[in-house]
Amino acid sequence: MSGHSTYEPKTGFERWLDVRLPIIRMTYDTALNFPTPKNLNYWWTFGGILALCLGIQIVTGVILAMHYVPQVDMAFNSVERIMRDVNYGWLIRYMHANGASMFFIAVYIHMFRGLYYGSYKAPREVLWILGCIIYLLMMATAFMGYVLPWGQMSFHGAVVITNLLGALPVVGNAITTWLWGGFAVDDPTLNRFFSLHYLLPFVIAGVVALHIWALHVPGNNNPTGVNVKSEADTVPFHPYYTVKDGFAISVFLLMFGVFVFWMPNALGHTDNYIPANPLVTPQHIVPEWYFLPFYAILRAVPNKLGGVLLMFGAIAVLFVLPWIDTSKVRSMRYRPTIRLYFFIFILTCLVLGFCGAHEPADKVIPGVTTFTLGDYDLNTMVWLSRIAALYYFAYFLVITPLVGLTETPLPVPDSISEPVLSHPASGPIGTAAASKKG
Amino acid sequence: MLRKGLTFAALGFALIAGPALADTTSLPVKDIHWSFQNPVFGKFDQAQLQRGYKVYREVCSACHSMNLMYFRNLGQPGGPFYDPKYPNPNDNPYVKSLAHDIMVSDIDSDTGDPIKRPATPADKFPAPFPNEAAAAASNGGKAPPDLSVMAKAREGGPAYIYSILTGFQDPPPGLTPMPGKFYNPYFPGDVTSNWTGPANKVPPGGFINMPPPLADGKVTFDDGTPSTVSNEARDVAAFLAWAAEPKQEERKTFGLGAMIYLLIFSGLLYASYRRIWRNVSH
Repeated sequence: MSGHSTYEPKTGFERWLDVRLPIIRMTYDTALNFPTPKNLNYWWTFGGILALCLGIQIVTGVILAMHYVPQVDMAFNSVERIMRDVNYGWLIRYMHANGASMFFIAVYIHMFRGLYYGSYKAPREVLWILGCIIYLLMMATAFMGYVLPWGQMSFHGAVVITNLLGALPVVGNAITTWLWGGFAVDDPTLNRFFSLHYLLPFVIAGVVALHIWALHVPGNNNPTGVNVKSEADTVPFHPYYTVKDGFAISVFLLMFGVFVFWMPNALGHTDNYIPANPLVTPQHIVPEWYFLPFYAILRAVPNKLGGVLLMFGAIAVLFVLPWIDTSKVRSMRYRPTIRLYFFIFILTCLVLGFCGAHEPADKVIPGVTTFTLGDYDLNTMVWLSRIAALYYFAYFLVITPLVGLTETPLPVPDSISEPVLSHPASGPIGTAAASKKG
Repeated sequence: MLRKGLTFAALGFALIAGPALADTTSLPVKDIHWSFQNPVFGKFDQAQLQRGYKVYREVCSACHSMNLMYFRNLGQPGGPFYDPKYPNPNDNPYVKSLAHDIMVSDIDSDTGDPIKRPATPADKFPAPFPNEAAAAASNGGKAPPDLSVMAKAREGGPAYIYSILTGFQDPPPGLTPMPGKFYNPYFPGDVTSNWTGPANKVPPGGFINMPPPLADGKVTFDDGTPSTVSNEARDVAAFLAWAAEPKQEERKTFGLGAMIYLLIFSGLLYASYRRIWRNVSH
């Protein structure tokens, strides 16, 4: 896709196929010989990890769908039947349930990496936007998947989230009814959520293909943010990054395994092992951990519509980030000012998640009552989430454009090879190894 | 980390069917050691599971269903009555005779009449009440919950079950229980409206519909274990932990192998990575 192809068909069959469907050439150029900056660190391995996560979710999900019954009276028991009577059903189901959390851990690291190293900046805006679309699709898929076991948290989570759309003026109620397939979350809702939960991962896979295509046109960004200048700056993807990604994937699977084998229910909620009962509302309805920061933003606003808009705004702002950022320097490695704000931003996201897990009126510092500001005491989760939400938006809308205009970046190296490399070659050949092969 | 901190924060809630707006309180569950509690190596104690089944059968099953359990589960690998001589639990004579002791509803295939017949290993545990309304009517207006996955459905799991079963006590002076209900400090609830003492000293816990189900000597254990309330509660909690996740031992055994494999594989990949990259400065 970038540069000319160096693939040479070796066998008769390859030559025959190459003039009809050059699929081996495409694979060779994009997955084997693709020139990749040689200074990518471990933060760059999460792309491969995410591809694996999607693959695991699709494979385990297809098998689960062979045994699952999307019917309100049978859904809960069919999931338990998978755990009890299907051969290795416990493994497949725990991989799928914990796999969603692993997927989000990886995607958040992947996104923070993109933010830190400026991977969204020209010429990678489309690549970034496609990633934001994938993230949105992931959230929809994860939400609908969580409804399927039809436990208490599934049901009441679905009620809370679908009701949010009812806050939209004029069309809100019509949209909610249409989404439910009736006048409450019930059998039709479960059925369509199952259908969509099966469909969306394949849509994600399609957008992932576009995401990789959009990656391979400009090529990878790298920790310096400096464009690749010559072949000496790159190594072929295989074997250099297949082995590095492979190692990272294996370590990631070790962490995945700790959850699946040793603490499979730690990331879930005990209430979801109680069959859904519309007449009994759980005392606290909390979404899965990966939605908590957005849940906190939602509840930070006293007005329901305002909360919904702000929550969606928190994701929408990511889409326009490439045009908000005024800095010409990509990597925060050379931008000490914004780097400080960025670390506060990460902390803010964690604080929002923390607030989302608590009730709005819960005290931040237990036992301390300060003074009531507006509707709540100042020492409450709701005020903490308001402050954090303010910083979340300020980071994108104020700090990012202003710091880009006012800061003095550190000197940026001329090329990837120029800075003193952290891992100099140990062999006698030095940096020439890469260019020899290419 | 975001993952851990938030998870454990999110986990700190337990469900009760109490008033939705009240703040519920309860004592932390009792600290108790289980043979299966180690996440990597813990195994069920088969004798304990057998005793626990007896407690469930003779006491709990009078009111609580276990709709996800089949008699054959008792004889499957890891189960209370598993015998390696009978890899198919349906052939296990002990499981057969346990099932045979229980009558289940069926339809006479010749006449179509509803009949009762002794259960086989392929049958489900029969429920004590024909439907939820009947269960609620006989139990003070609320059906006793199904116990199949109870050990996964409450924060604290088997320790919570043990704490409830052993936690019944006379209400402290100043606390008047609601009629037909029982004070239990381990049951999440809010007793403020029944409390006449100081407002800042409301006792923890709530009122539970279930009367204290266990008593010393209520169940005779065949292996000579003293049948104290504590032993009965501990054994039935272990049985319910097994029933909530009968494949737990298989998961741990399989998991240990998989993790060792992954660890070695990661080591090999790291060595390959170092070797392939050794001539590239990066």
